[in-house]
Amino acid sequence: MGLEFLEGNEAIARGAMKANCNFFAGYPITPASTVFHYMLDLVPATGGVAIQGEDEIASIGFCLGAAMAGSKAMTATSGPGLSLYSENIGLAIIGETPLVIVNVQRQGPATGSATKGAEGDIQFTRWCSSGGMPVIALSPASVEEAYELTYVAFNLAERFRVPVFLLTNKEIGLTRESVDLDAIELPPLVERVRAESGSEYRPHAFEQPGDVPTFSAFGDQHLARYTTSTHDQDGYLTASPQVTQEMIDHYTAKVNEAADEIALYTEDREEGAEILIISYGITSRSAAVAVRQARASGTCISSLALKTLYPVPETIIRSAMKGVKKIIVPEMNMGQYILDIQRLVLPETSVIGVNKMDSTLISPSEILQQGDLL
Amino acid sequence: MTAITHSTYLTDKVGPLPFCPGCGHDKVVKALNEALVRLQPDPTKVVIVTDIGCIGLADRYFNTNAFHGLHGRSITYACGLKLARPELTVIVLKGDGGCGIGGTHLLNVARRNIDITLIVANNFNYGMTGGQHSVTTPVEGITATTPIGNVEGAMDLCRTAAAAGAGWAYRATGHDPDLGERIADAIREPGFAMLDIWEMCTAYYQPRNKLKKKDLTNMMSLANMDHGLIAHTPRPEYGVSIRKSWQSAKTSTKRRMIVKPQFKHTVTQQTGIIIAGSAGQKIRSAASSFAQGAMFAGLKATQKDDYPITVMTGHSVTEIIVSPEAIDYTAIESPDCFIIISEDGLKKSRARIAKLSDICTLYVEQSLDLPETRAKVVRLPLMQTAKKIDRLSVGTIALAAVCTDRGLFPIEALEAAVSAFQKQAIAEVNLMAIKAGEGLFFGIEK
Repeated sequence: MGLEFLEGNEAIARGAMKANCNFFAGYPITPASTVFHYMLDLVPATGGVAIQGEDEIASIGFCLGAAMAGSKAMTATSGPGLSLYSENIGLAIIGETPLVIVNVQRQGPATGSATKGAEGDIQFTRWCSSGGMPVIALSPASVEEAYELTYVAFNLAERFRVPVFLLTNKEIGLTRESVDLDAIELPPLVERVRAESGSEYRPHAFEQPGDVPTFSAFGDQHLARYTTSTHDQDGYLTASPQVTQEMIDHYTAKVNEAADEIALYTEDREEGAEILIISYGITSRSAAVAVRQARASGTCISSLALKTLYPVPETIIRSAMKGVKKIIVPEMNMGQYILDIQRLVLPETSVIGVNKMDSTLISPSEILQQGDLL
Repeated sequence: MTAITHSTYLTDKVGPLPFCPGCGHDKVVKALNEALVRLQPDPTKVVIVTDIGCIGLADRYFNTNAFHGLHGRSITYACGLKLARPELTVIVLKGDGGCGIGGTHLLNVARRNIDITLIVANNFNYGMTGGQHSVTTPVEGITATTPIGNVEGAMDLCRTAAAAGAGWAYRATGHDPDLGERIADAIREPGFAMLDIWEMCTAYYQPRNKLKKKDLTNMMSLANMDHGLIAHTPRPEYGVSIRKSWQSAKTSTKRRMIVKPQFKHTVTQQTGIIIAGSAGQKIRSAASSFAQGAMFAGLKATQKDDYPITVMTGHSVTEIIVSPEAIDYTAIESPDCFIIISEDGLKKSRARIAKLSDICTLYVEQSLDLPETRAKVVRLPLMQTAKKIDRLSVGTIALAAVCTDRGLFPIEALEAAVSAFQKQAIAEVNLMAIKAGEGLFFGIEK
């Protein structure tokens, strides 16, 4: 047990180590670089590898090779680097590669402001690679959650053989908080299910579309095949429309069918409330303050803070919306996750975005004012 | 000599090789097979890594592991595989197109000297997309995109890699009778080794340029690129070297800084403190020690820094919140204490100073000219005090002064944080700074 004063990026590194991460590759970029610094401090000491690539493409490429050789791999970047990861993220999806990708978001577009926070990469993350396959993305609200969700991200990557995104923000990554990481209750560690010995290995085998294939690492007893091209369950190229669709249904189903299992959130429901704030990331902490202040002045209001952004936790969002007439969605962007909320609401519900991208946090009073809660 | 147990590393499971009649890739695949038969590695420990390009179709014809990745990126996957599992024999098959788009990976694997083998099936154009020119298309070469002759210079892959540090580089033609042996040499080489194999694209480059088999050697001399061993300068392999250096470092260098609350505080509500100074004044580390001091007194704390990307110049503004309760919103809208140490800090804070209310106390270095403010102003000889100790201790002096003036928590808690977590020489300076900061208010009537 120990109380420490840590920045979010260090908590990410510690969460990764708690999940037995043994391979890290990254390229310097503010505000994500210190994740690499901490990993360089922690990973080699446990026998793993931490390496700087010549660019982001090489960094994620190293991770894909290592992950398929059996490593638990992670990379960390910020928005500009995510752009360069894009094509390899598609490879991770089609190759069913467990990988954790940290995006410590900063003010964009383009190079933007390196040392300023933002949440501008939400829909970019959802649609970050060609083909539009579903992805898993988690978003911590605090240094503690950065630790917890990094660990969970590894579990999900292993469980579903997919890249999992941790979408954080300079405002958590480089903000220090008093935390006791050892006191945080974590779920049991999940490791990818290995293919049985003796049997012939089929790298993408499934019976039901939502099944997750067993894994055999390059260098283990089976011969392994991995390909960026459209392939069948054996990893051989295919041009069959039927097999092609079956594989697409598989990538889709294994993530989407597990949406409820992947859904993480904190809910603060007030009986009879007709107003609901839906938030995520650092902004959910401003929302928490806004809710307290609104209630203090007699407003009946509920709050849903999402830790899982994708797949969209539709069940919990729909349940939280019951009886609600007005939904407020504060975001440090010009309105991104609100698109996923809008498609779930009943026509009579109004959805109000509280948005800014001036590189500062959205304050509780801005939520109260723009949400018409004063 | 090793007993031959694998008479071939090719599989007939997926049918005959897919290449056009007369394509040089056939010869490259067969020569690689010959090399593997010579070396007799365990097939489960061999990974053939390819990317997009006709030669990228070859991996599945081998009865080994196969990793087929993005265009031009095969070297990166190969490096990841090798670093994660050094016992693997990792062989990259790529085309001249891949060497263009992935040129940086070629330079960097050569520079790092990671023990993979790179075989470039170099046929001077993009066969998969219609025969466009590549980085190795000879000058005057006719391609779909150089219809009246190439005017770009052709890249000498071997000498480029050698200049970047490749320990072993060899230029061959697909017709060389010893190609299998030379590939075996490359695989045996304990660092990065590459072969640039010139061969025929019978679909595009050969007919467009009316090439004959013997022309490949002539093309080399025309381009002033030698046939044979171009570089052999072995040096330490990256994976071996880096693991050795990590082993000598042994354990994690950073200590965990565990705070054990042992003092009492008098803070009843969330308190926001902004400290604004200049880069290089150790504002952020003084703030961290202050926050850790608060934690020693049982408080929760957050620290949010603002500074330009050039960390040694301009402002350094840090927001610290201490609170008996959990802290949600980490920015400070209405600070309780605002400390201005330098001109840079003042400049960055002018807009905020104008908005301060009378609940805020503004502690300001006495030499600075303050704009009009509603906050209560306390002028302090911060720089003068720091000069007597160490000018880098000015942040600690200021925070110790504020802690004393506000009676937030015992100064001993701040001393405990400094003593526990700072290097001894620095701690000694900062302990003096704490005393000096305390002295600015100690005994002063309020």
